[in-house]
Amino acid sequence: MAEEVKLFGKWASPFSRRIEVALKLKGVEYEFIEEDVFNKSPALLNYNPVHKKVPVLVHNGKPIAESLVIMEYIDETWKHNPILPVDPFEKAMARFWAKFIDDKFWAIWPAAKKAMISGGEKEREEGVEEAQQHLKVLETQLKEKKFFGGERLGFVEITASLIVCIVVAQGALGVEILTQDKFPALHELTQKFADDDVFKQCVPPREKHSAYFKALWGALAASK
Amino acid sequence: MAGSEVKVLGTWASPFALRIHIALGIKSVTYEWVEENLEAKSQLLLESNPINKQVPVLIHHHKPICESLAILQYIDEAWPSAPSILPSDPYHRAVARFWAAYIDHKWFTWLKGVASAEGAEAKKAALDQVREGLVVVEEAFGKCSKGKDFFSGDRIGYLDIVLGCFLGWLYVAEKRNDVKLLDEEKMPGLAAWAIKFCLDGAVKDVMPDKDELLDYANMVFQAMAKAKLNAPPNN
Repeated sequence: MAEEVKLFGKWASPFSRRIEVALKLKGVEYEFIEEDVFNKSPALLNYNPVHKKVPVLVHNGKPIAESLVIMEYIDETWKHNPILPVDPFEKAMARFWAKFIDDKFWAIWPAAKKAMISGGEKEREEGVEEAQQHLKVLETQLKEKKFFGGERLGFVEITASLIVCIVVAQGALGVEILTQDKFPALHELTQKFADDDVFKQCVPPREKHSAYFKALWGALAASK
Repeated sequence: MAGSEVKVLGTWASPFALRIHIALGIKSVTYEWVEENLEAKSQLLLESNPINKQVPVLIHHHKPICESLAILQYIDEAWPSAPSILPSDPYHRAVARFWAAYIDHKWFTWLKGVASAEGAEAKKAALDQVREGLVVVEEAFGKCSKGKDFFSGDRIGYLDIVLGCFLGWLYVAEKRNDVKLLDEEKMPGLAAWAIKFCLDGAVKDVMPDKDELLDYANMVFQAMAKAKLNAPPNN
């Protein structure tokens, strides 16, 4: 039976990017359906009625939502080029770190946004400091090389790739948060993504990505 | 000594630690339970979970595993003989993981929100949100159970454990706020499921007595309220 794989996503979303990376690592052909967050398609609302968000993978008509859940599904369905370790303990570690990274990101991102859209110096500094505090925790763990397995992108690396958004956004809005001197290990990680053949295919062109953040938050920043 | 190969660091009142009790029971694994004092955490806990310093932690062959959902899946994979905790089919596993994420990240956050809500209006809104969440899960129960007793079918599994561990604290919220949350009329499936879950062989001997939990909760919240009153004012 011919496989039908559809991915409802957004080119700018780091969560939908995770799924594109995973599918490309497995060599799975898929149809990408670009969603407009302000005008969600009836199909998306039907496939993810609980959260109404991307990414959603639809495999032979069956929908799967939540990026970490989708990645595990992809790994269990297409078993070659494993994304997760095979050993149960290593797998448990990978799941632990993936959750840790996501939890930290949801602490970093609002603080980073605050720094980037704030009109006032004080507010901006507060945002930067808060974001950097959480980034420091990630940096420490990464420095101790606890995160990552081998050379190829695995579950934890793919999960962590959303830090690229911080780098692009801060460049677009001219605010320094994830700097090389303060976060050398995280910076090296972003380079690893930039050099990776598969990740390169999934990340949008820098100018387009920067323009996206400028449009999204630049107006907010300018109006303050 | 076989028992010392598997250790669980937990607290009797922690719903997350209860998940581990139940899962190991399903697999008939002998284990040593270490009751932690969260006010004075053991060196073993601090070393085993240096990141979050939280229970539960499963220690297997001296290797620590943290985060209850990661632990549940580890138990299923490290002791692969039946009965299994997660479904075998990748799609059904994905559905189970999706709902586990919903229960932990959304619904349990709302349940915690009931305790922290201040004022009658905020309390009511928080309670309504918990109830609405249960209505959503009721629908999921219908789809997952397909008319059988549990989310996993004939026997308890991943999603049953993930939600079932909160039944004691749900009871606490109901009693403390004098409301019904797990409503037999609005959520008949879940209401029936809850009774069967609590009677399950792997659950009934390890689930904390709900009135003991209520007494404990009352004591904790009283202490918190007192501490708040005595705390110096914020500048």
